[in-house]
Amino acid sequence: MSAIITTSTTQAPGTQAPGTDGPASPAPRFTSRLHRGPGRWVVLVLITLCALAVIAPFLLMLLNAFKSPSDYSSNGPLSLPTEIYTKGLTTYWEQVNYPQKLLNSIIISSAVAVAATVVSLLNAFALGIGRVRGRLWIVGLFLLANMLPQEALVYPLYFFAKQVGLYNTQLSVIIIFTVIQSAFGTYLLASVLGTFPRSVLEAAALDGASRWQTLWRVVFPITRPTLTVLVIFFFIWTWNEFFIPLVMLISNKTQTVPVALATLQGDRIMDAPTTNAGALISLIPCVIFFLIFQRTLTRGVMAGAEK
Amino acid sequence: MSSATLSRTDDASVPTGRLTSRRRREASYWTYFIPGAVLFTAVIGIPFFYNIYLSLTRWSGVGKPRFAGFHQYARLFADDVFWTSFRNSLAMVVAMVVVPTVIGLVLAAVLFDYLGRRFGAGVVSVLRATFYLPQILPVVVAGIVWGWVLRPDGAVNGLLEAVGLGSLGQDWLGDPGFAMPAVMLVLVWVQIGYPVVIFMAALGRVDPELYEAAELDGAGWWDRLRAITIPQIRPETYVVTLTCTIAALKVFAPIFALTRGGPENSTNVPSYFAYNTFFKKLDVGYGAAIATVLTLIIVVVAGVFMALQARAERRDER
Repeated sequence: MSAIITTSTTQAPGTQAPGTDGPASPAPRFTSRLHRGPGRWVVLVLITLCALAVIAPFLLMLLNAFKSPSDYSSNGPLSLPTEIYTKGLTTYWEQVNYPQKLLNSIIISSAVAVAATVVSLLNAFALGIGRVRGRLWIVGLFLLANMLPQEALVYPLYFFAKQVGLYNTQLSVIIIFTVIQSAFGTYLLASVLGTFPRSVLEAAALDGASRWQTLWRVVFPITRPTLTVLVIFFFIWTWNEFFIPLVMLISNKTQTVPVALATLQGDRIMDAPTTNAGALISLIPCVIFFLIFQRTLTRGVMAGAEK
Repeated sequence: MSSATLSRTDDASVPTGRLTSRRRREASYWTYFIPGAVLFTAVIGIPFFYNIYLSLTRWSGVGKPRFAGFHQYARLFADDVFWTSFRNSLAMVVAMVVVPTVIGLVLAAVLFDYLGRRFGAGVVSVLRATFYLPQILPVVVAGIVWGWVLRPDGAVNGLLEAVGLGSLGQDWLGDPGFAMPAVMLVLVWVQIGYPVVIFMAALGRVDPELYEAAELDGAGWWDRLRAITIPQIRPETYVVTLTCTIAALKVFAPIFALTRGGPENSTNVPSYFAYNTFFKKLDVGYGAAIATVLTLIIVVVAGVFMALQARAERRDER
C-alpha cells in the first residue's frame, strides 16, 4: 500500500511522527531487582551504537559535502575537510537550477495534496454518508487500485499524455497523483465518515441545510483534523514520488527535486563532493517538513482517535 | 437539491415502499461521486485495461500495436531475466519485510520495555527518531548517498582501509557477488524505522500490568517478549508485513539509484525490468506483460494475506 500507502506504497510507510512522546514509558512505580545493575547500560550502549550506524551515512554525507575534490582524493572520505569548500554546493545548485526544482516540487505536491483531499472528501461523502448502493464494491475497488504497481499504468499514461499534449507538463503528474492519492484517501475517509454521527446530519437537515451545505458546513469542519493529516501525507508522499515523475518529466523546467538528483547522478558527471552536496540540499526540505509537520500529525492522529 | 431535503430522514435500510424517494436521495449523492469516478476511470481504469491489451500485442510505441495473442507471456516464461528478477523480489521481501520486522520488534521491545523504564521517555524518543530518520527522505536521495558510500573510493572501503583491512575492499555495487547483499543492507536501513515506530505505538496500548504481573511471576525479558509483546501487537505486525511486502514487490527507486538492475541483472527486479523494457528497449508489449504479471502477483499475495488475517480474527473471536 505504499504507493498506496507507502508505500509507496511505499506508501503507508509514511510519516508517523516519532520525535514526540507518543507511548510514554510506563511509570516506574515498582523497581524490582531486575531493573538495576549494569545490564541496562550495556544494552543502552549497544542500541546507541545501532542508532549511530543508522545516522552514519548522513554524517558522512555532511562531512564530504564540504570537501574539495582534491582533498577527497588525497585524504579519502573519512577525514575532516581541510577547508570548508562550498563549490560542490554551488555547482549543484546552479547545474540543476535548484530553486526551479524546489518550486516545481512545491507546486506539484501542494496541488496534489489539496486536490486529492477534496476528491477524497467528495467520494467519501457519497460513500460514507450517502451510503450509495454498491459502496462496498467501490471501496474495494479503491483499495485494489491502491495496491496496483505504477508499472501497470505507466505506459498507457505516458502514451495518452503524449496524445493530449500533457507529456512533460506538471499538470500530468498533478492529475495522476491526485487520483492515486485519493484512492487511498477515499478508502480511509469513507470508513471515517461511515461512523459519522447520524444525529448531527439529521439536525442539519432539519435546519434546512442542503447536501452541499451539510458537506461544507457540517462534515468538513468536524473531519478537519483527519483532512489535515491527509493533506500532509499526500504532500510528503507526492514530494517523495519518483517513478512516474521520472517518466513524465524530462526537461529541466519541469523536473522535481528527487528526479533532478537521480538524473544528474545518472549522467555520472558528479564528483563525490557534488554528489554529497546535491543529496544534502535535496533532503533539507524533507527535514524541514518533518519538523514542521510532526506536531500537527500527532495532534491530528490523536484527534482522529478520540472520536 | 430541493428534493434532497424532502427525503432527508431516509435511512439506507428503508423498505421497498419508499423506494422512489430512496432513489432520488441516492441520485443526489451520486453527483458527489462524479468527479472522482471520472478521474479514476481516466487515470487508473482505462490505463489498467489498456496495459493488459498491450501485453497481448507487439508494439514499439509508434504506429499501431499488432495483436500477438499470448506471445509475450510465452517469451516471459522462457526468459532468464524474468525469473532472476522475481527471485530477486524474494530477496527484497527478506530485506524490506522479514529482517526489518524482526529487528524492529526487538528494538521496539527493548526501547519500550527495557530501556524506557530505566532511562525515561526522552532518551527513548531520541533513539526512536534516529531510527526513523531514513524514512522521511525521498528514497532516491538515500540511494544516491549509499551509492557513494559503497563506491570503490567511497566510505566503506575508506573505513576498511583505516582499520587496516583495505584488502577486503570491494566494488560493492559493481560485483555480481556483492551487489545484492549490499542493496539488501541499504533497504534494511531504509525500512527499519517504520516497524520500530509502529510497534512502539502499539506497545503504548498494552496494559502495563500485564508486564508487571509477568515480572512478578519471574518472567524474564525474553519470556515477556514471547508471551505478551508478540501476541499483543499482532494487528500491527499484520499491517506492517502486508504494506511492506507490497512495497517490496514494487520496489523501484533504490534499484534505479544504486545499480540500475546490474551488474549482470544480479539486482534486477520486476519493476525495473518493466521500466527498462518499456522505455529503453521500446518493447512495449513485453513490458506490459511483465507489469501485468507483477500486478497479478501483488493482488494474489495481498489476497492471501487478507484471507489469513480474516481467519486469525475468526479464531480469536471463538
